[in-house]
Amino acid sequence: MSLRDAAVRRRGPGAFAWHLGALLILAVVLYPVVWTIGASFKPSADIIGALDLFPADPITDNYTRLTEGIADIPISTFFLNSAYIAVGSVIGVVLSCSLTAYAFAKVRFAGRNVMFAIMIGTLLLPYHVLIIPQYVLFQKLELINTFTPLLIGKYLATDAFFVFLMVQFMRGLPKELDEAARLDGCGHLRIYWSIVMPLCRPALITSAIFTFINAWNDFMGPLLYLNEPDKYTVSMGLKMFIDQDAVADYGGMIAMSLVALLPVLAFFLAFQRYLIDGMATSGLKG
Amino acid sequence: MTHIQTSPGALAPGDDRAADKRNGPAGAAPPAGPKGPGSRENLAGYLFMSPWIAGFLFLIAGPMVFSLYLSFTEYNLFEAPRWIGLQNFTDMFADPRWRQSVKVTSWYVLIGTPVKLAAALAVAMLLAQKRWGQSFYRAAFYAPSLIGASVSAAIVWRALFSDDALVDRTQKVFGVEVGGWIGDPGVIIYALIALTVWQFGAPMVIFLAGLKQVPRELYEAAEVDGAGRWRRFFHITLPMISPVLFFNVLLETIHSFQIFGSAYIVSNGSCGPADATLVYTCYLYEQGFVNSRMGFASAMGWLLLVAVGLVTAVLFWSQKRWVHYEEGGR
Repeated sequence: MSLRDAAVRRRGPGAFAWHLGALLILAVVLYPVVWTIGASFKPSADIIGALDLFPADPITDNYTRLTEGIADIPISTFFLNSAYIAVGSVIGVVLSCSLTAYAFAKVRFAGRNVMFAIMIGTLLLPYHVLIIPQYVLFQKLELINTFTPLLIGKYLATDAFFVFLMVQFMRGLPKELDEAARLDGCGHLRIYWSIVMPLCRPALITSAIFTFINAWNDFMGPLLYLNEPDKYTVSMGLKMFIDQDAVADYGGMIAMSLVALLPVLAFFLAFQRYLIDGMATSGLKG
Repeated sequence: MTHIQTSPGALAPGDDRAADKRNGPAGAAPPAGPKGPGSRENLAGYLFMSPWIAGFLFLIAGPMVFSLYLSFTEYNLFEAPRWIGLQNFTDMFADPRWRQSVKVTSWYVLIGTPVKLAAALAVAMLLAQKRWGQSFYRAAFYAPSLIGASVSAAIVWRALFSDDALVDRTQKVFGVEVGGWIGDPGVIIYALIALTVWQFGAPMVIFLAGLKQVPRELYEAAEVDGAGRWRRFFHITLPMISPVLFFNVLLETIHSFQIFGSAYIVSNGSCGPADATLVYTCYLYEQGFVNSRMGFASAMGWLLLVAVGLVTAVLFWSQKRWVHYEEGGR
């Protein structure tokens, strides 16, 4: 607060320098993104060598080529697979993590502190200790080349970060609300669904956005578990593109890279406020 | 990471009693079953927790025990695991490519994390001033963090840093002849580090939240005492945001250890010319899933766990020397 007041007072002479500095850094940071947009309208041969950001004669061939698909698979297949996994992940995380968080924040059961400590511990656990045994497990269950290995963890609240985020949020809710509901004879399920969940919307939205974007960008999961091209996600489709012809079709690759980012960018533009605030509070709220 | 440490304590058993007392005399106590309200709460708790409990047992604890066992075996997924004792570990230390992967990953963590955090802090300090368009800048700086982990970003990076491409040509303007970074084993790792530094948005947002909590009066008092910019930074800003700095260092370090996708794609699935971007997880993936050495890869996974555990422990140990928590907390 006080920092803000002071800065307002200092508006004026410093403002120009401030904006100049911020814009300069922004130009460097966003350059790769702008470059990609420009490059997607250049002929493949010009993409690496040409120095101009935007081509003098923009072409749309790179995009029309995408309608032919990659190795006989239509682009839409990759997008539908990714959308299925991303939306499925969001539903799973929001439901399972909020149930778990409710137990930690609102139910007084024996062993709660120990379980909470374990849950926090899993936050620091490197995923790579688990990939071999999990792969063996899913292989024995004959679930390789299905979406189950990519989704099941989301329905079993293994994303400790989101559980933690929701616990912190639920602890901040006024106690009087659920105490009053209990006096009125509401059970935990009722309090969870009718009182806590609606009030937790900011935390749920933050978790949902992060889950969607992580699932959409995920590369290692699909690389391990999906092995037939008609099951591939957008990330894997992009990888196929590279494998297919590394040098010749830079234009198609860049165009596909941009198209692959569209859902992420759209999500970001729509929800960036929630996302950034959620990010900030997760590190700080105590 | 104050919240994590204080949180379990904040689950206050005292509240428990207070609530019970209030419920008791009011006569609105839940209908006591044979075992009383305590066991009902336990049942409710475990029911709500059941997804996590199942997930923890089947996807985390069970697999960890299994991978510990596998790390002492030779296992190719098709024949039964064969116990070989510590051989995976001795093989590992004797393996020059494994040592290379440790070197590459350490370099990536040691250079990438501090540079990324420094960039995040610098931009956060700039944005901590209230200016017109502040939230626009905040969002724009955050954007790369979202797309940075994608295959798309890695592909663009490869295009920007390859021979005769943008970075190469810009260098030539300044008279530096390096050639593309992607094909050069000496510098390709810096292209990867640049990719992680580019994604400074997430720690930046956390720094920003921390900076907003620093009481303005401290700066005013210091200014009256004649402290310059740098003194104020080192004696006020840094100590005051040290809990947030600690949180960022911890998360970013753990995160960097696990880099995979960008290294894999930037180097075109080969982990680099002359193994120059053979990060630890790349080698783990290659040994486990390309060479079917599941036992060896499990052993690698466990050593990664030990390394991350050690680094975490050292960071937690060191925090009493440099992390200042406010008395009493919030």
